Amino acid sequence: MIEAVGLTKRYGDKTAVYNLSFQVRPGAVTGFLGPNGSGKSTTMRMILGLDNPTSGQVTIGGYPYRKLPNAARQVGALLDAKAVHGGRTARNHLLSLAQLSGIPARRVDEVLGVVGLQDVASRRSNGFSLGMGQRLGIAAALLGDPQVLLFDEPVNGLDPEGILWVRNLMKMLAAEGRTVFVSSHLMSEMALTADHLIVIGRGQLLSDMSVRDFIAANSAGFARVRTPDTEPQQREKLSSALTEAGGHVLPEQDGALRVTGLPMPRISDIAHETDVRLWELSPHQASLEEAYMRMTQGAVDYRSTDDQKAGLMQPLPPGAQPPVPVPGQGQPGWYAPPPPQEGGQAFAMPDPYGGRQAPNPYMAPGAPGATPPNPYAQPAPAAPQPPAQPPQQAPQAASEAPAAPGTPPAAADPTKPEDVR
Amino acid sequence: MSTPQHPTPPSAAPQWQAGSGPSYPGYTSPIPVVRTHLGHAIASEWTKIRSVRSTIWTLGVFVVLVVGIGLAVAGLVSGSATEVDYGQESPLSFGFFGVLLGMMCVVTLGVLTTASEYGTGMIRTTTTACPSRGRVLAAKSIVFFAVAFTVTFVSVTLVGLMDVAMLDGARQPTGQEWLKATLGVSLYVALLGLLSLLVGSIIRHSAGAITLMIALVLAPLVIALFMVAQALEWLRSGLFSYSIPSQIGVFYSTSLGDSGPSGWDPLWIAVGVTAVAFAGAVALLHRRDV
Repeated sequence: MIEAVGLTKRYGDKTAVYNLSFQVRPGAVTGFLGPNGSGKSTTMRMILGLDNPTSGQVTIGGYPYRKLPNAARQVGALLDAKAVHGGRTARNHLLSLAQLSGIPARRVDEVLGVVGLQDVASRRSNGFSLGMGQRLGIAAALLGDPQVLLFDEPVNGLDPEGILWVRNLMKMLAAEGRTVFVSSHLMSEMALTADHLIVIGRGQLLSDMSVRDFIAANSAGFARVRTPDTEPQQREKLSSALTEAGGHVLPEQDGALRVTGLPMPRISDIAHETDVRLWELSPHQASLEEAYMRMTQGAVDYRSTDDQKAGLMQPLPPGAQPPVPVPGQGQPGWYAPPPPQEGGQAFAMPDPYGGRQAPNPYMAPGAPGATPPNPYAQPAPAAPQPPAQPPQQAPQAASEAPAAPGTPPAAADPTKPEDVR
Repeated sequence: MSTPQHPTPPSAAPQWQAGSGPSYPGYTSPIPVVRTHLGHAIASEWTKIRSVRSTIWTLGVFVVLVVGIGLAVAGLVSGSATEVDYGQESPLSFGFFGVLLGMMCVVTLGVLTTASEYGTGMIRTTTTACPSRGRVLAAKSIVFFAVAFTVTFVSVTLVGLMDVAMLDGARQPTGQEWLKATLGVSLYVALLGLLSLLVGSIIRHSAGAITLMIALVLAPLVIALFMVAQALEWLRSGLFSYSIPSQIGVFYSTSLGDSGPSGWDPLWIAVGVTAVAFAGAVALLHRRDV
């Protein structure tokens, strides 16, 4: 059981972690997520007593780490796989750690076997590959057979077999009743491994809930409905009927409808009542990755931008059209729109840019939806539009990339009509 | 050094698990949990120091320098000197030159013992395994001091015996001279290495700490060499006689000038400086982030 209360760490005038409070419980794998530089490693280092918090405290089983009796027998940690002296053999490295904690020397060979390094045990660790180094770090964490385990990016550099092994190892350790705290930025990995998620951004807690709740709260589950392509009028009929019934209908580019706010049996009933045939009615759940990206959009410190090469471009010959950017690709805010009502707002970060201003003025022109409708960005084969719902024309292009950069997803967006949200 | 502050001294693990919250399922390791102490840390540091190549290299070079130069000088002297040339000089004093050069190896090993842990990141693993940082530093100091003292003592004793045997024209050294040229020199060199170890822990950077230590050893002597102004004479003689080569010379009765330390004084100076450095290193260890 790890318990942090008001944990804060400042380095000079940079606040790495601010007022972080959370609990990590035994018997489950708890994922610790956040963008690069969000304070994950700093938090882990404070848990392990390597860094002293500026304020607040973190305890393991009720004790601050540095007051734990025989800490290595209570807590095992993989912080940094390269935190070994490369000139020492794997066995001697582990032996020195075992002796430090009064662990019998035969345990060294046991953990070497567990991580699969027994054949290279007498090789110097500076000849190890990234994956082997990672395994040595995991061996050191398991050495004391501890009750609490911390892993910082454990699957870095591992091959697929190793990733599967780590995944099962985490689950097995948690099933034995241990506390397992794993930081990662691999969402797909966490979706498969973790039971519980703690998400931080810019050093502050964004979310602390189970994986299932996290996805439900942060992603839009929707139903995709497809009517026969050959009969567009059926599609219009169905979408107006669904809207009447209280659903939200969003046309997709390939002609399907994205329906939220109605359970699937109800959609099927409405289709039956309005006498519309369906080619597809499928449930869709946003992935953990999507949910995570939406949540942390506002909290990313290091974001890549498109390589514009603006200063190197030749001036366009008169009359030539500028190249049309690929809609959404690589731009912030190109993940699926937030769920209809409050979803995505619950954890929205305080927006330093006042919600309107794009953080980087040079990014704005490339982002579809941020500028007045660009005729070149419109999909050429536009589906026939019903006279009843003219506003859907504009957001159709924007539906895959709804918000301007820097705009919180759930904030009212003047470019987006209310009825598609 | 300092055992961890433990609210309920006996039977650490059960107490800890009892305090781990209301009703969460726990895990209890079948491996018995022992209370760790300085002895565990010393065993660990011994494994560490014997399992890296830099130990073998620096100590190997040290022995080669001390024994090789000691014997070479004795060979040169015995080939050319007559009984009159020795005067009152003890034959042990010819071991001085080897120790003077070999000292650099001990300084290097001392710095590497601590600073290499920071360079490689090993310190984070060590500190996680044993959050009692003072204990780790104390264990390192004890292990390193023992190793450096033993190797130096064996080397200089060997050189002393060979010198006395080869220079049969010289007088026999007294018991006190023997003691100073073996035990005294070994303690002094090991203390100098220990000081380097502590400087390595304070600076946390191998190259920086080695440079600083070599400057500490050589700079006073070099600066004093060029102090020709009469008004600085007091400073010049002070720098000469308190420079580390001169202090080692005291153990061989070959120091520069008579005003400086004599007898066993250099050892007490080294003990004092090292104790201050140790206190500073421990204070910094506890305050700084790893």
